[in-house]
Amino acid sequence: MTRATAAAAIHPRPPLALDPALDTFPKIVVDNARRLGDKVAIREKNLGIWQSHTWSQYLAEARLIALGLASLGFARGDKTAVVGDNRPALYWAMLATQALGGVPVPLYQDSIEKEMEFIVDHAEARFAIVEDQEQVDKLLQVRAACPRLEYIVYDDPRGLRHYREERLLSLTELKERGEKFERENPDLLEREIARGTGADVAIICYTSGTTGQPKGTMLTHANLILTARSAAAFEGLGADDEVVAYLPMAWVGDHMFSFAQSLVTGFATNCPESAATVLADLKEIGPTYFFAPPRIWENILTSVMIRVDDAWAPKRRMVRFFLDVARRVERARLAHRAPAALDRLLYALGRVLVYGPLRDNLGMRRIRVAYTAGEAIGPELFEFYRSLGINVKQLYGMTESSALICIQKDGDVKLDTVGTPLPGVEVTIAPTGEVLFRSPGVFKGYFKNDEATRQTLEDGWVHTGDAGMFDREGHLKIIDRARDVGRLAGGTLFAPKYLENKLKFSPFIKEAVCVGDGRPFVVALLNIDLAAVGNWAERRNIAYTSYTDLAQKPEVYELVREAVNRVNASLAEDGELAAAQIRKFLLLHKELDPDDQEITRTRKVRRGFIAQKYAALIEGLYSGAGHVKVEAQVTYEDGRVGTVRADVRIADAAVAGA
Amino acid sequence: MRVPEARAPLLEVDGISVRFGAVQALQGVSLTIGRGEIAAIIGPNGAGKTSLLNVISGFYRPTEGHIRFDGKDRTHLKPYDVAELGIARTFQNVALFKGMSVLDNIMTGRLLKMKGSFLTEALYWGPARRQELAHRAFVERIIDFLEIQAIRKTPAGRLPYGLQKRVELARALAAEPTLLLLDEPMAGMNLEEKEDMCRFVLGVNDEFGTTIALIEHDMSVVMDISDHVVALDYGRKIADGTPAEVRTDPAVIDAYLGVAHA
Repeated sequence: MTRATAAAAIHPRPPLALDPALDTFPKIVVDNARRLGDKVAIREKNLGIWQSHTWSQYLAEARLIALGLASLGFARGDKTAVVGDNRPALYWAMLATQALGGVPVPLYQDSIEKEMEFIVDHAEARFAIVEDQEQVDKLLQVRAACPRLEYIVYDDPRGLRHYREERLLSLTELKERGEKFERENPDLLEREIARGTGADVAIICYTSGTTGQPKGTMLTHANLILTARSAAAFEGLGADDEVVAYLPMAWVGDHMFSFAQSLVTGFATNCPESAATVLADLKEIGPTYFFAPPRIWENILTSVMIRVDDAWAPKRRMVRFFLDVARRVERARLAHRAPAALDRLLYALGRVLVYGPLRDNLGMRRIRVAYTAGEAIGPELFEFYRSLGINVKQLYGMTESSALICIQKDGDVKLDTVGTPLPGVEVTIAPTGEVLFRSPGVFKGYFKNDEATRQTLEDGWVHTGDAGMFDREGHLKIIDRARDVGRLAGGTLFAPKYLENKLKFSPFIKEAVCVGDGRPFVVALLNIDLAAVGNWAERRNIAYTSYTDLAQKPEVYELVREAVNRVNASLAEDGELAAAQIRKFLLLHKELDPDDQEITRTRKVRRGFIAQKYAALIEGLYSGAGHVKVEAQVTYEDGRVGTVRADVRIADAAVAGA
Repeated sequence: MRVPEARAPLLEVDGISVRFGAVQALQGVSLTIGRGEIAAIIGPNGAGKTSLLNVISGFYRPTEGHIRFDGKDRTHLKPYDVAELGIARTFQNVALFKGMSVLDNIMTGRLLKMKGSFLTEALYWGPARRQELAHRAFVERIIDFLEIQAIRKTPAGRLPYGLQKRVELARALAAEPTLLLLDEPMAGMNLEEKEDMCRFVLGVNDEFGTTIALIEHDMSVVMDISDHVVALDYGRKIADGTPAEVRTDPAVIDAYLGVAHA
């Protein structure tokens, strides 16, 4: 892992100065309303129909919300907690807060009260603008514990008619107050907007944090605007693009794609009807610009494969055949080789018979640029989409970089890298192997946590906490979290995430946790994918009653064993990692769940916590026993806690020779 | 629990008896359901709960007794006329059009509200078109309300049971009923589905002001959501009052525990 500092500044740093007339998001929207007044800015599917709002309406709505907040005594620097699914009103609420010189603090909408309470309290939010009754109920509880939170405003009034709480009002009431307030204070808002500068904090994003309490990352208007512009120019994004806003608003990526870039370029953001309708809405919108973390790409692939498996046999064989052709062609393309002549011909045929219809069906026909990030993507998964002709690229970034650091260039896409640094971004590798970067997007600091800021930010360089290296063409390659990379007792390099990603490409494995640092060999704790394994079991007439029951079926163990053996075989070809093959595995009796703190809300495995919670299972894997008894606590969505008991089997996997 | 309040009667059932040959399904049952309330009808199997619902909705003709709905005598009406009066129902066994989409199923609930000549409907022209759009808009409100947007276009027969129940409720709501009769809306559901259904029943009552009479076996559900409980046993009414009163009524306890019936 110790590697001398390799490569670095590829591009000169662009000027940090912004035009003072357009250095904050509210100023940009005022400008958009003037230049692109009649162009659609945001859409929302409501009551079955896509409702469009133009940039003039975007401004008008945010304006009334801002004036309403001002009438309630909103002062510069105040924070607004924003909670809910992606809704235009919530994006307007963020802009309104910024217009008054305040800071929006988006929260994950599925957080439980305790988590919200920490953030609302830590951020010192005086206002909360939320989507519906579900969130109001949580915020009312939070307010009882955090008296600093004064007003709660909601968008959807359903079920809230009989609430008689004080300082709880609907968005409609807030906007009415705003209208009245404007008559008494005609140009207050314009003055407030003019007072803002690029150096003001535009948002505080609380990172879900794989360890400890969440940290509030402060990003300024300049951070976000410069990063959004630079990436949009890099990809050639313009006002005609369409993006679907379906990932949590609290996540910096959504803020970059659905808010910052939309404002900066003028393209339209589309909000799906509900979380359950995203795939159908995707088809109706046909986005040109799309982001999905590997888990979503995986879900889509799994659902496609289930449908293929259920199809009429000749059809199934045809799809399989052409997908194989596409994969061969894509592999050749990625290796910069010309595909075989016959494959080229078959690929052209496949485009008509399979790839085109499939892309259309997935709503991906118009995609020009699609990204995956957050976790490394399984090579087979990545190849699948690219082989259909969907321009999926990997990017690398984090909250502290305003979401973006590296993006793969069109035509220069590789399976195992995250591309080259964006213009204006410098990346270097510390002697410890850790990736460091410096850019105009570098965050201002963690809110009220100077200690953490000092640890992360050194002379303008940010410690990413990721272990990585540059390849010969200057592409950055991320191996794992720097602190997770370890060694087996025998000294072999052990990069758990690398193994887990390989395991997770099997459609039957949903989550994987590998253990091996300081141990004689590698073991894996796996979660089956209930949909895929359930479907597989049904087709084989294997009856099961629950997740736990299904996971412990001997047939399912056999199924998963094959997948693990395949991973071992591919590791055997991996040189340095060949000795880190998986010797034993087990199928967990419950799904890893963010409510139980086993994974973060963005589905990153929390290793330390799991090592502690499942210590008995891990010891069992190393003890040579055939099964382990286990008890686990599960937290239900409403916060109740229950216990699951199970007897978990332990299985061996075949070790492949090099 | 909900706060009881004095309500004007919407449905008055007076001394209803129903007999099938030698079987006396209902015997002199009287009850009053107030406007805007949620009333639960409970009782062991074969107590006559569904028969009572069938009498109210016009499927059965009572052998004796009277029914007054909204102040007028409605004893001998056909199901069609009952529906026209503003009484809608769901069934114990789901009765959806399996091959039709969820949206179309719910649209059938609007049929009684559709007025138009054969010609304009066939040509989908002028008033017919405007009417269809208005109905669709109303149906979309229900879809949004019951959170079934994701299955709008799915054939009803492909849905899991819990969702079929929800679609059936949606279809009943599409008729904009004054009185909604639910025959075991939560039968066969798991805890989470039951909680959802309770939320929807309360929501319908609150949002649309619909009066609801439901048959339910799960006592915790009954106690939680109803304003008024009527208990039947062997075709007779054995208790009538607030949930708290009925729960502690010795006759109800006997009927449920099976004592005192020699």
